Amino acid sequence: MIDIQTKMTERALELLCLPEGQPSFLLDIGCGSGLSGDYISEEGHYWVGIDISPAMLDAALDRDTEGDLLLGDMGQGIPFRPGSFDGCISISAVQWLCNANKKSDVPARRLYCFFSSLYSALVHGARAVLQLYPENSEQLELITTQATRAGFTGGVVVDFPNSAKAKKFYLCLFSGPSTSLPKGLTESQDADQATELTFTSERAPHKKARRDLVKKSREWVLEKKERRRRQGKEVRPDTQYTGRKRKPRF
Amino acid sequence: MRSVRSFRFRPRELPSGNMKLLTHNLLSSHVRGVGTRGFPLRLQATEVRINPVEFNPDFVARMIPKVEWAALVQAADTLNLAEVPKEPTEGYEHDETFLRKMHHVLLEVDVLEGTLQCPESGRLFPISRGIPNMLLNDEETET
Repeated sequence: MIDIQTKMTERALELLCLPEGQPSFLLDIGCGSGLSGDYISEEGHYWVGIDISPAMLDAALDRDTEGDLLLGDMGQGIPFRPGSFDGCISISAVQWLCNANKKSDVPARRLYCFFSSLYSALVHGARAVLQLYPENSEQLELITTQATRAGFTGGVVVDFPNSAKAKKFYLCLFSGPSTSLPKGLTESQDADQATELTFTSERAPHKKARRDLVKKSREWVLEKKERRRRQGKEVRPDTQYTGRKRKPRF
Repeated sequence: MRSVRSFRFRPRELPSGNMKLLTHNLLSSHVRGVGTRGFPLRLQATEVRINPVEFNPDFVARMIPKVEWAALVQAADTLNLAEVPKEPTEGYEHDETFLRKMHHVLLEVDVLEGTLQCPESGRLFPISRGIPNMLLNDEETET
């Protein structure tokens, strides 16, 4: 678990494109027990972390992190003066804004409050890189819409889009003039791999083929034999007799 | 009837974080309706600790333009700190004496226990073990 967090922090910092050889002042949203913060410190930057969980912050105290910690709810706004931070990262936290924990919570409003106050707290031209786990495309769209409303430009960088395990989403937001979005990582070295987010609810493309077939019909039998061939099983070859009507005693 | 004795071991010193004066200088109240009048938060400290931090002149120099001097001077005053510059000297980027003083004030003075008060609404944010509690209740949030 620790290693993944550190890797994601490393990637987020990479995407942040901070000026080289210069210590920056960063905001870590959902800093938790300070794993990401430790990496930021190691890279020579200074940071302030916010988290909503006293237990996680306690763990951060035990680990003696270098950044200042705040107990706060990002959905209530980032309580800092305009132009406080040179950049912002977040690891696995922002998707929580989409949960309505109390009846009074409206996710869209909390998201907007978060993004607009974050926009203000950043130095003009600074970036925010937010690694998150969106539940589905609707949720991701909700998040990006509110970020855009708040004044951010940018997009989603997807690393390893073809791997269910390794796939990671980084919401890269720019508070100044638009720059080009960095490319997402892939297993192969192909430069043509798409980094655009293609979110489909397609999970079983073969299921559609089966839906319209009448059971036990010739088409159904042929489709079933094809399926078993795809599964690598031994199947008799299709002939003119495949799926023919048999005598009732069958 | 046997009486039950409970033993509670309290560690001598609980690990605590820090709220640096740099952070205090940037914090602003986000209570509903307060806006820019939420700065600066009035600092009151009951426990302060000096915590040496490695001097990084580059970083200190980069933070100087962000500092709100009136708020810093006031906070330093509350904590009875001596030798606090009231404003940046000319050519401060190369003035090591100045940068070292600012480094000490901004990064080495930790507030462990105290309160931060919103100047507009009067709302108190407690600081416990170096961590300010900025959680608002429903009526106070903008949403």
